[in-house]
Amino acid sequence: MVQQELFMAFLRVGLLGYGGGPASIPLIQREAVTKYKWMNDDEFSDILAIGNTLPGPIATKMAGYIGYRVAGIGGMINAIIASVIPTVILVIVFLTFLASFREYSFVQGMTNGVLPVVAVMLGVLTWGFVKKANDDLGWLKVVFLVIASIIIIEMFSIHPAIVIGALILYVLIKPIKKAGVVS
Amino acid sequence: MIYWELFVAFFIANIVGYGGGPATIPLVEYEVVTRYGWMTVEEFGEVVALSNALPGPIATKMAGYIGFAEAGVLGAGVALFATVMPSLILMIIMLSILMRFKDSPKVKKLSAFVRPTIAVLLGAMTVRFIETSYFDNGWLQTIFLLGSSYYLMEVRRMHPAFVILLALLYGGIFLG
Repeated sequence: MVQQELFMAFLRVGLLGYGGGPASIPLIQREAVTKYKWMNDDEFSDILAIGNTLPGPIATKMAGYIGYRVAGIGGMINAIIASVIPTVILVIVFLTFLASFREYSFVQGMTNGVLPVVAVMLGVLTWGFVKKANDDLGWLKVVFLVIASIIIIEMFSIHPAIVIGALILYVLIKPIKKAGVVS
Repeated sequence: MIYWELFVAFFIANIVGYGGGPATIPLVEYEVVTRYGWMTVEEFGEVVALSNALPGPIATKMAGYIGFAEAGVLGAGVALFATVMPSLILMIIMLSILMRFKDSPKVKKLSAFVRPTIAVLLGAMTVRFIETSYFDNGWLQTIFLLGSSYYLMEVRRMHPAFVILLALLYGGIFLG
């Protein structure tokens, strides 16, 4: 019974969450707190806070953890499958269909038409990250980190994972000067 | 061997992808296009566009499709596993320990310090897409499509799925 509820809850979240993982957070909250009462609002925001400080997609972390809390390992697998598999199948069907018509010039044209749209989406996303970083760190640090990243990743072709790993180490090792540093 | 490569590619992209699914897009692109050469920029662009147009988490849609395209259903399973499991296991372990540290300024600072680097990766990817569009479509079409899709999505707040649909139509008719 619980497994069925978990499946339905995360199936709805997966299929209605337009705009990627972060967009599905309010939907998860509605299912887990309001509808099925698996936890209260405080617990949910704790899970969300921890989920946000860890890497990787947020929606599957939430689904997996809530499934685990409610019904153990089986619940975890169930919730992940429900939130992930239906849309993965959709993407595979669409793109395989598109690929089988690749020789036709109008399909090539469709691909070309989408390129600038993706560029705009990425550009907007870029700006969002810069703005958020500016709120957290101030523009001086942001400009420094941006320029340093460009030099290291784009000019010296260092793997981005190494740069991000080094930043994480730096934050963890660096002693905190003032207790009240705004973050 | 392909399964191991798929696992490594999606494991790395997601374990350093601070900032949720969208932050992993440039990291996945680095692995898939630059490092392993599984796809061209155009093909990757299709995957991003379609993943954006469909509901659900974006990182898993990309992983599932790319894994499937490279190594079938098992490949999709491996890529999805590498995307979802490591950070989830980390989360389950840490939630029992980290609950009392969640207000620690260090933990809060992690995402803040990583964000400018992710911004650079996203920015570089934006430039690559504009370049590719310039080679395929020329300046005039590229500027027209950039301008009109920005206007529709950001000013008129039209849903990205509709904008992508319009771009597919326009491309099929005028850019083929």
